[in-house]
Amino acid sequence: MYGGGNTFEGIKTDSLASEDPVQMAAFEARIARGEKIEPTDWMPQLYRKQLIRMIEQHAHSEIIGALPEGTWITRAPGFKRKMALMAKVQDEVGHAQLLYSAAETLGKPREQMIDDLINGKSKYSNVFNYPTFTWADCCFISWLVDAGAIVNQLANAKGSYGPYCRALDRICAEESFHLKYGHHCVIYLASGTQNQRDLFQEALNRWWPPMMHFFGPSDKISAHTEILMRWKVKMGTNDDMRNQFLDMYVPKIWELGFTIPDPLLKKNPETGTWEYTEPDWEEFKRVINGDGPCNKERLQVRRIAEERGRWVREALKAPQDKYVMPLA
Amino acid sequence: MNNEALKELLYKMADDLLILGHRNSEWTGLGPLLEEDIAFSSMAQDKIGQSYALYQMLQTIGEQEPDTAAFTRTANQFHNCQLVELPNGEYDFSLIRHFLFDTADALRWQMLAQSAYEPLAQLARKIRGELRYHTLHANTWIQQLGTATDESISRLQTSLAYALPFALGIFEESPYENDVISSGIFGGEQELKIKWIKKIDEIISQTQLQLPPIPTLSPVYGGRIGKHTGHLQPLLNEMSEVFRIDPSAEW
Ligand SMILES: [Fe+2]
Ligand SMILES: [Fe+2]
Ligand SMILES: [Fe+2]
Repeated sequence: MYGGGNTFEGIKTDSLASEDPVQMAAFEARIARGEKIEPTDWMPQLYRKQLIRMIEQHAHSEIIGALPEGTWITRAPGFKRKMALMAKVQDEVGHAQLLYSAAETLGKPREQMIDDLINGKSKYSNVFNYPTFTWADCCFISWLVDAGAIVNQLANAKGSYGPYCRALDRICAEESFHLKYGHHCVIYLASGTQNQRDLFQEALNRWWPPMMHFFGPSDKISAHTEILMRWKVKMGTNDDMRNQFLDMYVPKIWELGFTIPDPLLKKNPETGTWEYTEPDWEEFKRVINGDGPCNKERLQVRRIAEERGRWVREALKAPQDKYVMPLA
Repeated sequence: MNNEALKELLYKMADDLLILGHRNSEWTGLGPLLEEDIAFSSMAQDKIGQSYALYQMLQTIGEQEPDTAAFTRTANQFHNCQLVELPNGEYDFSLIRHFLFDTADALRWQMLAQSAYEPLAQLARKIRGELRYHTLHANTWIQQLGTATDESISRLQTSLAYALPFALGIFEESPYENDVISSGIFGGEQELKIKWIKKIDEIISQTQLQLPPIPTLSPVYGGRIGKHTGHLQPLLNEMSEVFRIDPSAEW
C-alpha cells in the first residue's frame, strides 16, 4: 500500500551549487536517455536525499497500512476471506521489507528509518490515519486504496533509481492480486443483502475524502517539482494521478450502484478530466501533521511492537559462541 | 471403521489448527522484526488452510460445511487443546508454543501418512512441505534464542515451564482411542507423545534451556471434551463478528 502526495523537502537551489557541473550534466543525460541510476553510481546529494525520503515514506506506508486491515484478519467472514486477507496483509509487510532494502542502498539503515517513523520524523501515507470501523472499510482499502497505490506505483516504477524500480515491479505484480481480491469483496457486498450494501455505502461515505487526499494537494508548478520530475523522482503531478484514479474507478463504483458523496463529481467531456469538490486541504495538513483520528494509535502500536521485540533483535546479534561447556 | 472415532480425530485436529492459525495471524504487523511478521503469517495461512481441508473432509462424512463448523460453534463445542487458545503473550511464549505444538503436529501427520483412512493419508502427503518449514522455523529460532543472551534464555525457560503442562494436553486421549488404533486410522496419542518427548528433548538439549522431567508435570486436560480457558470464547466471538451479522449472507 502506498500513498502519494509525498511531502518533498524544500529544495534550496544553492544546495546544487556545490555539485560538480560535469558529473551533474552526465547524470542528467543518463536519466534523459532512460538509464537507471544504480547505488554505486554518482548522484547529486539532493537526489539521494529526496529518494531516501520517498522510498522510506513508501516503506512506512506499507507497515502502517498493515494495521487498519490487519485488525480485520481475525474477523474476516469465512475461510476464503480470512486466508486471502492474511496473504494480502502479509504481502504488504513484505513490500515494506523490499522497500527498506531499496532505501538502504542509498545509505540509511532500516533501524534508523524505523526510529524516525516512531519518533514522528518521517511520514507515511495519510490515508492510514483513518479508522476501519467495519468489514466494509477494510474492503474499501483492499480495493480502492490499493487501486490508488497502484496508480502511484506504476508511475514510480518508471522512475530513475534502479533498486526502487525493481522493488516496484515486484510490488505491482502482487498489488494486482490485492485489487482483484478487494474488488471481489466489494462485489459481494454490492450484490448481497440490503445490510451489506449499506455497510459499503457507509464505508464509501467515510473513505471518499481521505481517498481524494491520498494523491496529495495540487502541485504548484515550481522549481521544485520541475527538478524532481527532470530527475524522474516524481513521475507525474498529484492531480494527474488523482485524475487517472477517478477515470479508472469512478465508473466501476457507479456500476455497482453506489453513490459517491460528491455532487460535483463528473467527467468534463471536453477536457476529459474529472471535476470534483475541492478536498479539504486544511484537514489534510492537520492529519498529516499528526492530528488525525488514528495517528497516535498507529505510532503507538508500532512503538510497542518495536519495544517488545527489542530483546529478540538483540539476541539475534549475540554471537553463538557463548555456550559454556560444562566442567567435566 | 468407526465414524464417531474418525470425526473426533478430525475435529480435534481441525480445531487445533484453526485456533492456533488464528493466534499466529494476530502477530501480523506486530512481530519483533518484519521477517517474523511474515513467517508467522505464512504459518497462520498454512494452518488455517489445513484446518479448512479437515473441515471439508468432515463435511464428506456428514458434518456441516466448513464455514458453519468454524464460525458458528461455541467454545464448549470446540475440541482443540487449551495450549492453542492461550493468548500470544510475548514473543517467547508464542515461539515456545509454536515449537511444542508444531513438533507434535509434524509427527502426527507423519503417522497419518500411513492412515487407513485414505483422504487423511493423502492430505498428510500433500502438506508435508509446509510442516517441514514450520518445524525448521521453530527449531532454528529455539536454537538461536536458547543460546543467545541471558534475557532470551531466561524468557524462553520461563515460557517453556509455563507451556509444557498445556502442551501435554495435546495428547489427551479420546474415548475412541482403541478404535482409531485398531482400525489403523491413527497410531494413537501415546505413541505420538513418546515420539514428541524424544524430539523436543533432542532440540532443547542443543540449547542452554532445561527440559523438566516430563513425568513430574501434570497435563492440562479438558480441551478435547470442550472444556476451555476463558480465552477461547472471546476469540470465537471476534472471529465470527462479521459472519454473525448474517450467517446466510455471502461475504
Ligand atoms: Fe496492496
Ligand atoms: Fe503494498
Ligand atoms: Fe496496500
